[in-house]
Amino acid sequence: MLMRHLYNDVGGNILLALVLASALIVPTCNLLFPDDSIFHVSTYTVTVLGKYLCFALLALALDLVWGYCGILSLGHGAFFALGGYAMGMYLMRQIGSRGVYGNVDLPDFMVFLNWSELPWYWMGFDHFWLAMSMVLLVPGTLAYVFGWLAFRSRVTGVYLSIITQALTYALMLAFFRNEMGFGGNNGLTDFKDILGFDLLSDNTRAALFVLSASALGGAYIGCRAIVNSRLGKVVIALRDAESRVRSIGYRVESYKLWIFTFSAVLAGIAGALYVPQVGIINPGEFQPLNSIEYVIWVAVGGRGTLYGAVLGAVLVNYAKTSFTAILPEVWLFALGGLFVLVTLFLPRGVVGLIRRKGGGT
Amino acid sequence: MRPWRDRTGVFETLDYDHVTIDTSHGPMLYMEDITVSFDGFKALNNLTLTIDDGELRCIIGPNGAGKTTMMDVITGKTRPDSGTVFLGQTLDLLKMSETQISRVGIGRKFQKPTVFENLEVRENLALAMKGPRSVWRALVIKLTGDQRDTIDDVLNTIGLTAQSLNLAGGLSHGQKQWLEIGMLLVQQPRLLLVDEPVAGMTHAETERTAELLTQLAGERSVVVIEHDMEFVRSIARTVTVLHEGSVLAEGSMSEVQQNPRVVEVYLGD
Ligand SMILES: Nc1ncnc2c1ncn2[C@@H]1O[C@H](COP(=O)(O)OP(=O)(O)OP(=O)(O)O)[C@@H](O)[C@H]1O
Ligand SMILES: [Mg+2]
Repeated sequence: MLMRHLYNDVGGNILLALVLASALIVPTCNLLFPDDSIFHVSTYTVTVLGKYLCFALLALALDLVWGYCGILSLGHGAFFALGGYAMGMYLMRQIGSRGVYGNVDLPDFMVFLNWSELPWYWMGFDHFWLAMSMVLLVPGTLAYVFGWLAFRSRVTGVYLSIITQALTYALMLAFFRNEMGFGGNNGLTDFKDILGFDLLSDNTRAALFVLSASALGGAYIGCRAIVNSRLGKVVIALRDAESRVRSIGYRVESYKLWIFTFSAVLAGIAGALYVPQVGIINPGEFQPLNSIEYVIWVAVGGRGTLYGAVLGAVLVNYAKTSFTAILPEVWLFALGGLFVLVTLFLPRGVVGLIRRKGGGT
Repeated sequence: MRPWRDRTGVFETLDYDHVTIDTSHGPMLYMEDITVSFDGFKALNNLTLTIDDGELRCIIGPNGAGKTTMMDVITGKTRPDSGTVFLGQTLDLLKMSETQISRVGIGRKFQKPTVFENLEVRENLALAMKGPRSVWRALVIKLTGDQRDTIDDVLNTIGLTAQSLNLAGGLSHGQKQWLEIGMLLVQQPRLLLVDEPVAGMTHAETERTAELLTQLAGERSVVVIEHDMEFVRSIARTVTVLHEGSVLAEGSMSEVQQNPRVVEVYLGD
């Protein structure tokens, strides 16, 4: 049964092939071909593509909860941002005495606030592995606690979407405050290096790109395995007929909870890979609007297919990059319009369109 | 409001998946003097009824006679004010919870079919199969050879072998009803309760359902509630007529039809 599913996932297999190919080709073209060669890919492009990969991973995570489990999370930006902050804290500590104030222990913004010592929750973030475990643990724990409360009280549908939105909004307000100790509205930035490698060097950029591609590919394979397992079938069933699933003896709440938590962890990983590539993380990432935008990516690509979400994230972000270069003020309108059009005419997204054109399944 | 009674604590140590139903010296199901009242109105009034092992029984009766309420009592959904309900000789259903009753081997098909439309027919059956229900087991669990065989058998019985890899959403109304019966069958019930199975079915589907239910009896007991008289005539060996919460008549279809009290109830309706 499993082999049949893998074989049938044509879109997914194409996606994996593309991700693998880009992981090999993009860094090669960037590092091995001289600037004037037509095969040269600029470091700027590498970074932009790396960002897309992180967004694609985030969209994949969102599709798992929304497309398969029916939980429309409008708060996935929070998990993404928390993963990003955990990585940012590590990168902050790596700056050491190279900051403006030259303080070995305290990041610049803390010196600026006249703090004399590191708050307890910053302890240990100079250790890479501790910071990386926080990338997984913080979004995961938040999602677990939040989900436990919400699903146990049988909060569903619009109400659930609204409280996820409230969650990310509350976090945004909290992270804006200087006293929180996360750099206030400036966030965390001016990073220097990661594990001793210069963040501005081409090699480090290429390595981050390859890591992002691997994370996306790995997560895709993981999500596909989940979706094709009995667990995935239960989740699809409960999306469509929750009480029936309960009546045949499954504890619907635990299924939702674990899918939600796993998805939040993936979003956290995406955030952690994103931050070193863009060089900053600030409370803007918690904006409710961002989380809505992520949902639009998935809707545009086609929910409930996994690869559709990836496609949607890349397409919309490519459009965004192009648009904002020419007509920045129009972007939000274009995005809103796109969402309306897709909802009205392409309920199954671009993937649905391709499938219809191709006459395939 | 009727007082809430906790039945779940009883028999806690029993493994309900593997309880044997003792029918060696008696019926499969035994209901005696069951009374259920809703705000003073008696939906069931001293109802006494027995169903034998392997029997196919049809329950008919005018609207509001208490047929569905009777099934609610058997499955533990509604608790009677008085009376006894036994499955086999040993299992007191009034002391068991709804889940326990379903696990001990009573399957119930509701009127409106609910199948999982976005899953394959096979997957619908696999999901309904007895077995572990935890998230972690669900991640790794695979069907055993025996389970596959059970599914194949059930597919064959419900006539959906050719559709086994189709999405359930694409099935016709009748096929969905059969699939839902299949989802009960994979749980290997000893007693199957079916409420108005042929409502909304085409003529051909109705005939096919009659065949199916006849075939299912024997290995297990089947109780069917139905209004469609032609259908009842085509399957029934014994018919029970309910009226105002108690048994009005019982016997073969022709006996029942000639019973003057039954005629009166149906004509006066
Ligand atoms: N939960 C309830 N609260 C109050 N009255 C109820 C309840 N359930 C059933 N009744 C009443 O009990 C009576 C018997 O209902 P029941 O559904 O068992 O009838 P039925 O024989 O299945 O009828 P039908 O052929 O219409 O399905 C009806 O008068 C109904 O209104
Ligand atoms: Mg009824």
